[in-house]
Amino acid sequence: MNIVVLVKQVPDSGSERALDSSDNTVARASADNVINEMDEYAIEEALTVKESQGGEVTVLTVGPAGATDAIRKALSMGADKAVHVTDDAIHGSCAVQTSAVIAAALAQMEYDLVICGAESTDGQVSVMPALLSERLGVPHLSGARKLTVEGSTLKVERQTDGGFWALEAQTPAIVSTWDTINEPRYPSFKGIMAAKKKPVETKSLADLGVDAGSVGLATATSQVLDFAGRPPKGEGVKVTDEGDGAEKLVGYLAAQKIV
Amino acid sequence: MAEVLVLVEVAPDGSGVRKTTLEALTAARALGEPSAVVLGAPGTAATVKDALAEYGAAKVYVGESDEIDAYLVAPKAEVLAQLVADKAPAAVVIPSTPEGKEVAGRLAIKTGSGFLTDVTEIAADGTATQVAFAGATIVHSKVTTGTPIYTLRGNSVTPEPAAGAAEEEAITVSISDAAKQTRVVDRVVEQKSDRPELTEAAIVVSGGRGVASAENFSVIEGLADSLGAAVGASRAAVDSGFYPHSFQVGQTGKTVSPQLYIAVGISGAIQHRAGMQTSKNIVAVNKDPEAPIFELADFGVVGDLNTVVPAATQQITARK
Repeated sequence: MNIVVLVKQVPDSGSERALDSSDNTVARASADNVINEMDEYAIEEALTVKESQGGEVTVLTVGPAGATDAIRKALSMGADKAVHVTDDAIHGSCAVQTSAVIAAALAQMEYDLVICGAESTDGQVSVMPALLSERLGVPHLSGARKLTVEGSTLKVERQTDGGFWALEAQTPAIVSTWDTINEPRYPSFKGIMAAKKKPVETKSLADLGVDAGSVGLATATSQVLDFAGRPPKGEGVKVTDEGDGAEKLVGYLAAQKIV
Repeated sequence: MAEVLVLVEVAPDGSGVRKTTLEALTAARALGEPSAVVLGAPGTAATVKDALAEYGAAKVYVGESDEIDAYLVAPKAEVLAQLVADKAPAAVVIPSTPEGKEVAGRLAIKTGSGFLTDVTEIAADGTATQVAFAGATIVHSKVTTGTPIYTLRGNSVTPEPAAGAAEEEAITVSISDAAKQTRVVDRVVEQKSDRPELTEAAIVVSGGRGVASAENFSVIEGLADSLGAAVGASRAAVDSGFYPHSFQVGQTGKTVSPQLYIAVGISGAIQHRAGMQTSKNIVAVNKDPEAPIFELADFGVVGDLNTVVPAATQQITARK
């Protein structure tokens, strides 16, 4: 079973993140960039499926030339090879445009299964797999907390509030994983060394047959008009419990007309 | 007046509309006259029509078929796209649930439109407000292509009643094979709770690592029940096995925006703040006076949660 995993390099969610005031896009150059945490679950799941079904795991990413850290992380976990779509024209693209680029890249690859994380921790739009499903005409099984492969049938438990939906579809298909699906492995030293020798193919928009004018900030389907830091909260009240903490807490709730 | 389509989210137990629908109807009124779209199994519209009229739906488009719920998301997007083509609405507003966001994305591709997810406010000129980076940044955006599609984050808008005619119009449901690829074989309920749904609740009480054990989460549940609140948990608490993942609040869990958020034994790491920073009123109980959660808190108690919280629960119950 040939599997493609989509990964994205994002600013570390544990560090200061910002938008770039020159064009209102995510400031990536100044950020501490890492692999999107949610993608590690997708990689782990792909490796697990490969271990039981055989085949190859290919990492696909779209991003600036520096987005190689995310690729290396995926390869060091055990993915076999990578495709890195990079082109200056892509900068500032909206999700709709980006989905066209990824779909074009997937159309050039042979896959039975595409696995994505639940969302990126920067944009948090969390619809990329749905967009790709729509563009490629392949089924999407979303929010997977469990994936079972039986021949060409995929079975997924889709996480819901207080339970799950059992989903089924035939390959080729797209599965998006929830972070309850597995525990991502740490790359071994051997894996890290091996990753350095694994092939990474770089593709431009021209290689994919995508018109550079159809992507990027100028033709994005939505535009950020402006942004601002959240106004700082007024100084809150902090009391130390000296046997009266509960009373003060309830007093506060009463003053707010909550109790 | 311009027509704005609002996709109705129906409660899974058939008890009517979700509050998210009323919020979406309210938000849509900034852009024009809302028309509700009910898609589901036969009989669905009857359970929700009164509420839709009460919250300003001028029309109610009803597409009922067993095929809609038999397959995941794609049938709804297909029917909605047909309706957008027929009615040429000014915009589409959808509750920002996982399913709602998938419908929005598919609809955007089908109609050649742009979309904005998790918006917290929509202005009359179509400008939407979103919060980015764990709530630290407020962004204003606009759809510039096609029919603007918005998904509205729960609890961002207060539902306001407004009389609507709710004139019913049946729409044809014809689902293509392409939209029937992912079958929903079963819907399984594992935890049945009498507490309000986390993302809809007016009050949320969450516990963190400081709660120290799964058994001790009864302290959190006790306070929640005294306030009629939902129970949440930080990632640290979930990862430690204290509480199920479906109650996780934070970057990789649910985003909540209640009137009151009580964080108990939660340090306030950015991972957690991402899911609760927009709460109107934040109360924290933590034994560490330096915990970052106090920077966000409107009211904080430095103390042992095992004494403060049960005492507070008792006093709240006594006031009733």
